[in-house]
Amino acid sequence: MDAHSHAQGGDHAHPTPGLYFKVALVLFVLTALEVLAYEVGHGRMGADLQRIVEPVVVMLLLVLSAAKFALVAMFYMHLKQDPKVLTNLFIWPLLLAATVIAAMIVIFSYWRVVGAK
Amino acid sequence: MSDAAAHAIEHPTTTGIDSRKVAIWTLIGSECLLFASLISTYLVYKGKSLVGPLPHTESQCMLHGKMQACEPIFSIPLVTFGTAVLLFSSFFVVLALYGAQKGNRKMLITWLSATVVCGLFFIGMQVYEFSHFYHEGLGYTTNLFASTFYTLTGFHGSHVTVGVIWLATLLVMAIRGKLPAGKSLNLEIAALYWHFVDVVWIVIFPVVYLMR
Repeated sequence: MDAHSHAQGGDHAHPTPGLYFKVALVLFVLTALEVLAYEVGHGRMGADLQRIVEPVVVMLLLVLSAAKFALVAMFYMHLKQDPKVLTNLFIWPLLLAATVIAAMIVIFSYWRVVGAK
Repeated sequence: MSDAAAHAIEHPTTTGIDSRKVAIWTLIGSECLLFASLISTYLVYKGKSLVGPLPHTESQCMLHGKMQACEPIFSIPLVTFGTAVLLFSSFFVVLALYGAQKGNRKMLITWLSATVVCGLFFIGMQVYEFSHFYHEGLGYTTNLFASTFYTLTGFHGSHVTVGVIWLATLLVMAIRGKLPAGKSLNLEIAALYWHFVDVVWIVIFPVVYLMR
């Protein structure tokens, strides 16, 4: 039964609770870093630090967010262990979604500039 | 239903993957596009509001029939706590799934209960946040920020609510002994939906709350 349901479920050996806990800790630390980047980027920890972090705060937040997203998808959603077809069902719409967001921002920024002239 | 009966209704598939699992991943893929449209709408209208209250800056807003100075409306500590709770709920649900797959009923019920409690806390946080914003003068049509913010986070909140109802139903089944190891895929599918709700918030939290 177990072997059959695993074959049908399409999953291979899933991670252990120990690994799940390590991922949870990393997610917690990354979230703390996001809030720290926000606080530093907005001058709550001194003007010197703000000058360094402010220009890169958006990029930093995007990178941290992407790392958290990847960790949850790979380990908690089991994409690292499950068949590649499931990864494809997720990744391609996700890329399309990212393209939609980027396209909307570019189009509206372009018309804002053109409209201002 | 006995394990043997549950076994009997499983059909072999060409991919070797249960059709329900393919279906939930297809749903998640389509939901990515829904949230992409909501996030891009929020970003496109970001900074276009003519009146306050505004998320990060002081502004002039209409409150009790007259224009007055308004403080920034976001409470980052509260939302950070809500984010941490949602992240931990993802951790709890994988522990519940591990218990279900191993036939450890106590582990399943304990961690699934913790997940439902975390989900309820997050919904409570959002209800508190929305009602607080409303009392600060931020109605749905007050400005562009309000309309796009409430739509985006409201859609996410409704997904959390659906997830909590789904997991609570499975919790009741587990308590009644109707979620044996052979049926753990039912929980795995619900858990995948729950993780998706979590990853959407992983994007919304920095984009909406932390980027000025």
